[in-house]
Amino acid sequence: MTPPAKHRSILAATTLVAALWAQSALGHILQGEAYGFLTGFLHPISGADHVLAMVAVGLWGAQLGAPAIWVLPVAFPLVMAMGGMLGFLGVPIPGVEYGIAASAIVLGTAVAFEVRPALVIAALVVGCFAIFHGHAHGTELPAGQSALLYSMGFVIATGCLHAVGIGIGTVHRWAWGQQLLRGAGTVVAAGGVFFMWKAFA
Amino acid sequence: MKGTSALRMPARTIAALAVALMCGPAEAHLNATGMGPIYDGLMHFLTSPEDLVPVLALGLLAGLRGAPYGRRAMFTLPVAWLLGSLVGLSGALVTVGTLWASLWFLVLGGLVVADAKLSLRSMTALSALLGMVHGYLNGTGMGFSAATIVATLGLAAAVFVLVVVVAALVVALRAQWGRIAVRVGGSWIAASGLLMLGWSIRGT
Repeated sequence: MTPPAKHRSILAATTLVAALWAQSALGHILQGEAYGFLTGFLHPISGADHVLAMVAVGLWGAQLGAPAIWVLPVAFPLVMAMGGMLGFLGVPIPGVEYGIAASAIVLGTAVAFEVRPALVIAALVVGCFAIFHGHAHGTELPAGQSALLYSMGFVIATGCLHAVGIGIGTVHRWAWGQQLLRGAGTVVAAGGVFFMWKAFA
Repeated sequence: MKGTSALRMPARTIAALAVALMCGPAEAHLNATGMGPIYDGLMHFLTSPEDLVPVLALGLLAGLRGAPYGRRAMFTLPVAWLLGSLVGLSGALVTVGTLWASLWFLVLGGLVVADAKLSLRSMTALSALLGMVHGYLNGTGMGFSAATIVATLGLAAAVFVLVVVVAALVVALRAQWGRIAVRVGGSWIAASGLLMLGWSIRGT
């Protein structure tokens, strides 16, 4: 039920007051905690290879529709976390950079050609590539930062990138939107080819 | 009364701005108020993700199951947390690192993702266990004193507020996408738990 206009304005004023109210200064919070979160959050966002693949997961989910639209973004972080765990533990995975580049190529191609495999196959494809992305995040935890907040930061950033992809993918309901998504898939795949070339160079 | 309604909004805005700009002194140590330990407990919880996130996950889980589960969690969890803290105050310091927290992240996050159909009794047991374990760990780190006893009240109050707010927000969700968003949030919590498990294993 939508509240009446009078209540909405009171709510807005109260929210404004609460947001601006000066609170006590807390002098002894743990040092460096927020950096861990920020570093983790910025890690997937600051790498174009990660961004392309994460957004492509969302785009593909949007093309495939329910239940893939939410199964893929659920499967990805969970499997990515396994890769991250291996990275934390120092277990090497060969060809991580190639795997990340290949993820952009494969997922971009799937979006470009609107490939519609069974849900299990789609989840497996996404999951396999998630291992490489997770491992890259896990091995690059800077020394002295909170691993918990770093982990939360990069999981949340990954989820936000999926959400961006799903948000863009909502144009799929229109014919021009479907063409736009296919074009976006081609761009992602082309980006993947570039990163693969860089990995080999 | 067109003129009156036209004046109402500016008056409210002016009042809101006046209150917003009415800054009080920044009391970093709260000696003057005597409320320091309460806020110590409250802020300890709110700035400790290893405590905060499992409570958030339990709130999500209770909210997904419905109002009776939310009501059960909102009383069981803070009471168990308070009891656990009080017992822990006189207990020996336990150093478990982030292992416990990562297990709770995994279990509760996993239950949220799966939208697990728990019985009310299981929810009660889960809330009690989470409260007792984390409360005890909090308590052992605080040491026994009059101030820390008061701080446990702050802890329990913060736990109560968080679980009530989260469960109520989720219970109120009617749209299917809202419930799916909650489950996606659960997957993030479980994924963070898995990562933390790796970190804990490496640490040991």
